[in-house]
Amino acid sequence: MPAVPPILEMRSITKEFPGVKALSNVSITVQTGEIHAICGENGAGKSTLMKVLSGVYPYGTYEGEIIFQNEEVRFSGIRASENAGIAIIHQELALIPHLSITENIFLGNEPGKYGVIDWKEAQLRARELLARVGLSDDPDTLVKNIGVGKQQLVEIAKALNKSVKLLILDEPTAALNSSDSQHLLDLILGLKGKGISSIMISHKLNEIEQIADSITILRDGKTIETLSVKAEGVNEDRIIRGMVGRNLESRFPDRTPKIGEVFFEVKNWTVQHPQVAERMVVKDSSFFVRRGEIVGFAGLMGAGRTEFAMSIFGRSYGNFVSGQIIKDGEEIQVRSVNEAIDHGLAYVSEDRKSLGLNLLDTIKRSVVSAKLKKISAGPVVNETKEYEAAESYRKELRVKAPSVEQGMATLSGGNQQKVVLAKWMFTDPDLLILDEPTRGIDVGAKYEIYGIIQRLAASGKGVIVISSELPELLGISDRIYTIFEGAITNDISAAQADPETVMKSMTSAKKKVQHA
Amino acid sequence: MSGIKDLRKIFGGGTSNLRQFSILFSLIFIIVLFQILTNGLTLETGNLINLVSQYSYILILAIGMVMLIIAGHIDLSVGSVAAFSGIVVASAMKYWDLPWPLAIVLGLVVGALIGAWQGFWVAYVGVPAFIVTLAGMLIFRGGNQFIGNANTIPVPDGFTSIGGGYLPEVGPDTGYNNLTLLLGLIVAVAIVIREFRARRVREQLGAEQIPLWVTLVKLVILVAVVIAASFTFAGGRVGTSFPISGIILGVLIVFYSFLTRNTIFGRHIYAVGGNRPAAKLSGVNSRRVDFLLMVNMGVLASLAGMIFVSRSVASGPQDGLNWELDAIAAVFIGGAAIFGGIGTVTGSIIGGLIMAVLNNGLQLLGIGIDRVQIIKGLVLLFAVAIDVYNKSQGRPSLIGLLTRRRKLDEGITEPPAVAPTTGSPADLTPSESTRQQ
Repeated sequence: MPAVPPILEMRSITKEFPGVKALSNVSITVQTGEIHAICGENGAGKSTLMKVLSGVYPYGTYEGEIIFQNEEVRFSGIRASENAGIAIIHQELALIPHLSITENIFLGNEPGKYGVIDWKEAQLRARELLARVGLSDDPDTLVKNIGVGKQQLVEIAKALNKSVKLLILDEPTAALNSSDSQHLLDLILGLKGKGISSIMISHKLNEIEQIADSITILRDGKTIETLSVKAEGVNEDRIIRGMVGRNLESRFPDRTPKIGEVFFEVKNWTVQHPQVAERMVVKDSSFFVRRGEIVGFAGLMGAGRTEFAMSIFGRSYGNFVSGQIIKDGEEIQVRSVNEAIDHGLAYVSEDRKSLGLNLLDTIKRSVVSAKLKKISAGPVVNETKEYEAAESYRKELRVKAPSVEQGMATLSGGNQQKVVLAKWMFTDPDLLILDEPTRGIDVGAKYEIYGIIQRLAASGKGVIVISSELPELLGISDRIYTIFEGAITNDISAAQADPETVMKSMTSAKKKVQHA
Repeated sequence: MSGIKDLRKIFGGGTSNLRQFSILFSLIFIIVLFQILTNGLTLETGNLINLVSQYSYILILAIGMVMLIIAGHIDLSVGSVAAFSGIVVASAMKYWDLPWPLAIVLGLVVGALIGAWQGFWVAYVGVPAFIVTLAGMLIFRGGNQFIGNANTIPVPDGFTSIGGGYLPEVGPDTGYNNLTLLLGLIVAVAIVIREFRARRVREQLGAEQIPLWVTLVKLVILVAVVIAASFTFAGGRVGTSFPISGIILGVLIVFYSFLTRNTIFGRHIYAVGGNRPAAKLSGVNSRRVDFLLMVNMGVLASLAGMIFVSRSVASGPQDGLNWELDAIAAVFIGGAAIFGGIGTVTGSIIGGLIMAVLNNGLQLLGIGIDRVQIIKGLVLLFAVAIDVYNKSQGRPSLIGLLTRRRKLDEGITEPPAVAPTTGSPADLTPSESTRQQ
């Protein structure tokens, strides 16, 4: 028994939605002053549990009891839980881009009297709070003008303003690059030192391993176990075993690559920033892809990976300056997305929800949306062919939905991603560019997506995978290009690729590109 | 005619959504209500003819409007554009002695040019349609009064047929208008054919089949309604029958329902409205879609204007006043979403009919225009409020937009039943079959 009582105990929480038991008898104990991680696959009930805790689902809509600081609490809403000292920071930031940092920090909680805001007081306190989270920006800066990493810190400053005792972070580093992530993790550790306990939900197991004191694993709405990181020498594999209920022998499916000739080349590609003419987002870069090859693009966030890919895909980004695209030995013109599709290029965007699909559509309509011509007679879409095409992809990619008439919005991230992949496979591409194909997807679905990528390569297509997760790139690529500040800095074959080499090339310019 | 398709869906359940059901139900309810309140006046031949010819132009506008609203735009200028085309056509016939069929062509061309003008600003310059058409509302209203010197210009007899004409009397004297009966028969047969074709498609796809008796009951009801309607329209005062404007409207409904549902262009409208950047990255030329929709709206507005001028035998400075509001109201009562991506031609027509029957019924009851406006306003508000409420309760319709609009409080509206779909342990097994690939 610890001398200090736990800050939070949730006992036998059961939460039912019509037809589904999202949580069944879940219990969790968070010790005072610890960082407690909650792990589980998408749909395991992590978010639901946190919504119960933070009052999003108010008292009475769930069974069980919550003991916070030795008292039973019955929150009627988010306000109530905030007043008690529980703050939740959502995966999708709740900041208002056109307001300043100060205005955001005090939004809904403005200092002042009779509805008149005391801006001087707000400014002073904002500076103080920013200092605590290690931000040196002017508090008058508009939130839209600072990066995602800093926005995350502003969120935490906002929580600190409410004299928080327990901080809940839902996927706090999902959108951050590695240095911002590290900074955030350090901050959470620092807050721990100041007596603020945290609950952290994350798919990034290495981060959990790094900072968590204990880990509760949820699976299918039930508590599976609570591990103490120090005592039991918990590692990533151990966590995964808990999450999926057994060992995942390999995180990547086995594969013997069958690599053919070079069929796609980009030469001396240079692209201008859409607004700032002097700035070149892609600088004189060249690469090639062989048939059946999976090529990884590694680079830090902001290195220009996505911009590079989108500019190749029908000049969807920036202003084209110079460069050649050669396919099957002939130069091709790719001035629009339509031309790109006609030439057998496909681009799966990193931002599924805002660039990848129309959430209002059904699976059926999404699958065929990038090449309607294929199932149409003249201007008229043949609905029978549409249904058949969608149905065959649903089965092939194992999209979990009762029928292809299902709305996209009702699918989980992994299944949405499969539909987006189906949409581009439907266009019969020769080269697929997959930008962060497994972002926000749980371990099991990732494995399936890797399998799909490998099958595509095995069928003789070229695949480019852009990813921020180095282990992922190392795991599936035959060859890795590194990009640093808009230029390709290295070309590393799978045999030579190790995290250090790749990371070094990602973070420094290199004079000469050596082709593997 | 296309409304019948939705009626069909309701009986069949399955793909119909709550919204379409509730608006069709509201329409039937309102018709029955006024039929009782007016002691049977509502469904009398003369009144039905009136209803059709009086509201056909609003419904025509609603067709173009819903397509724009699906794509995420709006058009405030339709009333002014209608008035402008009307005065141009009337002047051309009066001062240049332009034959009326050519005048109609001229009117459509004028509409297309106006649409192209507004479409240019919307699609290629990027000015929001709200602003472009607000400007257009002023420009073309002023244009109408400039050309017509704020006077009324009469139109010749031939021209009046498109708005005030009826199917002619032909064939033996049956006591009914033969062409109207024939039209009814064609529609009835078309409904039967469609229904059985739909069954066959379901069969081919291996989808769940609707029981045969349901189909038959459905068909009996629909055919009975069509036949009753055609006898009502055919059995009025001699010289009257189904209005030509109603036929124009019917053809447009069928055409545009097909366009929005079954063509590549139709898919592109929904794609652009649902997620414009994603549509662009899928190869949709969103500017072209915007431009063509504006041109189309211009043509339909012009057609509506000519039908109105034809019916009132003259073009005047106040023509088309507030039409845009009626058309937009029809679209939203018909279930379209204000931020685009959602809506149907059929729904908008039903929405427009609700407003029309309401207006007509209240007038039959002798209620003044002041109170009619108040009631119409409240109906619009409540209709959309019920829709919004239904959505917030996570009802089966239109789930998609929940996630779009309510990111911040998604915990409250999130349909929970869908969460645990990926990653049940069985699917994670790197089974032999997946590993072989």
